[in-house]
Amino acid sequence: MQSNTEFKRTPSAENRTMNHDDAMKTEPELNMADEKIKLTVDDLNLYYGDTKALNGIQLAIPEKRVTAFIGPSGCGKSTLLRCFNRMNDLVDSCRIQGQIKMDGQNIYDPSVDVAELRRQIGMVFQKPNPFPKTIYENVAYGLRLQGVNDKRVLDEVVETSLKGAALWNEVKDRLHDNAFGLSGGQQQRLVIARAIAIEPEVLLLDEPASALDPISTLKIEELIYELKSKYTIVIVTHNMQQAARVSDYTAFMYMGDLIEHDVTNKMFTNPSQKQTEDYITGRFG
Amino acid sequence: MRNWFRSGTPWIWLNAGALALSLVMVVGLLSLIAVRGFSHFWPADIVQLTVVEDGQQSVAMGELVRSQTLASSVITDSGVVLESDDPLITRHLLKVGNRDVYGRDFRWFLEPNVVKREYPANAIGLERREWGNFYGIPVRLLEGDTEIASGDAVLAELPARIKRVNQLYADIRSIERGEIGDINHRLQRIRLNERRLELNENTTDAEMQRFQQQAEIERETLEQEFLVLRGELDQLYASAKRDQLVMKTADGQEVTINMGDVVHAWAPNAMNVFQKLGHYFPELWNFLTGEPREANTEGGIFPAIFGTVTMVLLMSIIVTPFGVLAAIYLREYAKQGPLLKIIRVSVYNLAGVPSIVFGVFGLGFFVYTMGGSIDQIFYPESLPAPTFGSPGLFWASLTLALLTLPVVIVSTEEGLARIPSTIRQGSLALGATKSETLWKVVVPLAAPAMMTGLILAIARAAGEVAPLMLVGVVKLAPSLPIDGNFPFIHLDRQIMHLGFHIYDVGFQSPNVEAARPLVYATALTLVGLIIILNMTAISIRNRLREKYRSDSD
Repeated sequence: MQSNTEFKRTPSAENRTMNHDDAMKTEPELNMADEKIKLTVDDLNLYYGDTKALNGIQLAIPEKRVTAFIGPSGCGKSTLLRCFNRMNDLVDSCRIQGQIKMDGQNIYDPSVDVAELRRQIGMVFQKPNPFPKTIYENVAYGLRLQGVNDKRVLDEVVETSLKGAALWNEVKDRLHDNAFGLSGGQQQRLVIARAIAIEPEVLLLDEPASALDPISTLKIEELIYELKSKYTIVIVTHNMQQAARVSDYTAFMYMGDLIEHDVTNKMFTNPSQKQTEDYITGRFG
Repeated sequence: MRNWFRSGTPWIWLNAGALALSLVMVVGLLSLIAVRGFSHFWPADIVQLTVVEDGQQSVAMGELVRSQTLASSVITDSGVVLESDDPLITRHLLKVGNRDVYGRDFRWFLEPNVVKREYPANAIGLERREWGNFYGIPVRLLEGDTEIASGDAVLAELPARIKRVNQLYADIRSIERGEIGDINHRLQRIRLNERRLELNENTTDAEMQRFQQQAEIERETLEQEFLVLRGELDQLYASAKRDQLVMKTADGQEVTINMGDVVHAWAPNAMNVFQKLGHYFPELWNFLTGEPREANTEGGIFPAIFGTVTMVLLMSIIVTPFGVLAAIYLREYAKQGPLLKIIRVSVYNLAGVPSIVFGVFGLGFFVYTMGGSIDQIFYPESLPAPTFGSPGLFWASLTLALLTLPVVIVSTEEGLARIPSTIRQGSLALGATKSETLWKVVVPLAAPAMMTGLILAIARAAGEVAPLMLVGVVKLAPSLPIDGNFPFIHLDRQIMHLGFHIYDVGFQSPNVEAARPLVYATALTLVGLIIILNMTAISIRNRLREKYRSDSD
């Protein structure tokens, strides 16, 4: 593994579309003990039918940080991510034991309104999935669901969300064109804008850049860097350089087990588990 | 040779051959219909044949319909004595018209018997309201008892007089259908209101009496109005019958024809191509917009076109929401399992049930059971005359909707299944409920597939005949299902239908030869109508596709 300083760089100035001078400053040394914890996973077991897919996961996700899940295909990292906004509820054969707490409240409690939960925990998928509507209506979708129809409010939210997703300058002249006319990278940023328009507290990103070309990937990564000042971000990625570049904390999973969870710098330079080191250095997976 | 087989070339030939064969069949069918259908309106020359039969000379005049070459034995077998030894004999079918004079309007002539063939320039054809066409030579024209013109001068006088008569008949029709129809409608309403009061147990005698008095007054006024109209009509009829045309038939008889019976006159032998074209298009237009006459063997097919279109549109309005809702439940909400599989297979197999079975079901269940109950509940005052309890437009549309339901369900389901799950998840992840996701995202995306289902349904429904004969289509409907009387769309009325019209004119007609070209023309209209309906639906679908174009397509 190459030294992580090369990967863990701030975005180059010419690629930046937004003002974020604060982020340019050298970051302080991270330490899990100092973090405020947003999400806690407590002894989570998940079954698909008779197959156990997650095995007693214990994990804490710090607030306003980027946490990356890495691991080989089929290790359960996407499944774990989907537990946070209860997307696994859609799978009939899926069964869950254990708890996930957000700000101390168990999200699997029967009294929890799933739709409300998903408003607080937004999600972006691997393949860009804009709706067959205009760019404007895509971003306004979540608000309209909540009954917001005031054009002034919607205009404002659409603009701030698109700016927040670094897409505003590219689409401001064609807000009422079909979203399918955008490129793959633009579509993915549109989907992120759509997710942040309803101001979630947590943003789940499921391999958000894996279907994109390198330049679009770079833009998405810059965007993640921007967004973490406002949102708690959890990202699943296959690309270890990407994990190293964008995340503050990294969790390595293997065969449904959480092997190691630590500060990204440490994970990539000095992992405490042998399996993690083997995976990171490319000896398997 | 082996290499040729292994190269796959034979397959390509086989595939191309199959396609070519299908194309030849489709093009052949369409062009047959088109040629026969379109040529009917072309004014054919009037030929005058001098024929010697059994030593007797006779003259016949008419339009040559077709010629046949037969083995002479076929003709001798039918009892005709032939003079020549030729093994092949040609015979000609002549439309001689003049049914009122000769009793039959088509005659065969054997080629060897024909002595002379002429095309007299002053021969004219007359299309009449009754008795079919007349072919002959005009002698003189009378207005009342005064002679207006004689000989060839008659021809110049005819167009203006025919136009006048047609105008008078249009007026007559408008009075009969419009004002008199209105009076009848109002009389009917009074009668029904009276009956309703009678049936109502709460009606007091005083109320009843009051109503009857008032009804009597209204009836009186309507009666008066009717008498006035009746007088007007008599005047119009008399006026239409003012002129007399004396014609000479080919064999020299003089026949007097009332001009009131003449719809149209033409002298094809004296017309050039452009004059014939000028005759052709109005005839075609009259066919499309006119009403049938003479047991459907003459006149136009407008009521059938109108009935077909109304029924298909109504069917679409019924079948689309039903099919779409059913498909959504099947695909999105129903618990997948063996029961659902059975239901799905049943629905798919419904598409294969013979259409006459749907017709019988429609008659038994929709018309008699449902229609009967509707009459009991909503129209007790008109019983025992049925309102919805007899075959009609609504039941025909409903039966067709049932018939085409599986098509719509299957294509909608396939459309829903094709929507990528990522799009649904995207909506759910934004806090949408399942039904919000369905109606705001999934259904609009599946709309083109629903349109495909509708296109298939329309194609099937418009061409269907068998079930319609039982549930609402008739040979001759007295009035259109949409008119100016409340409630404007009369769902209980019987309709005419192009498909049934083809069957009726072609196979139930008293005059098969006269009807034959109309069968082709009607078939052509039906094919054209289906193409237009389909094109409309396809263009709507393409517009939807364009709107919801996505990478996943």
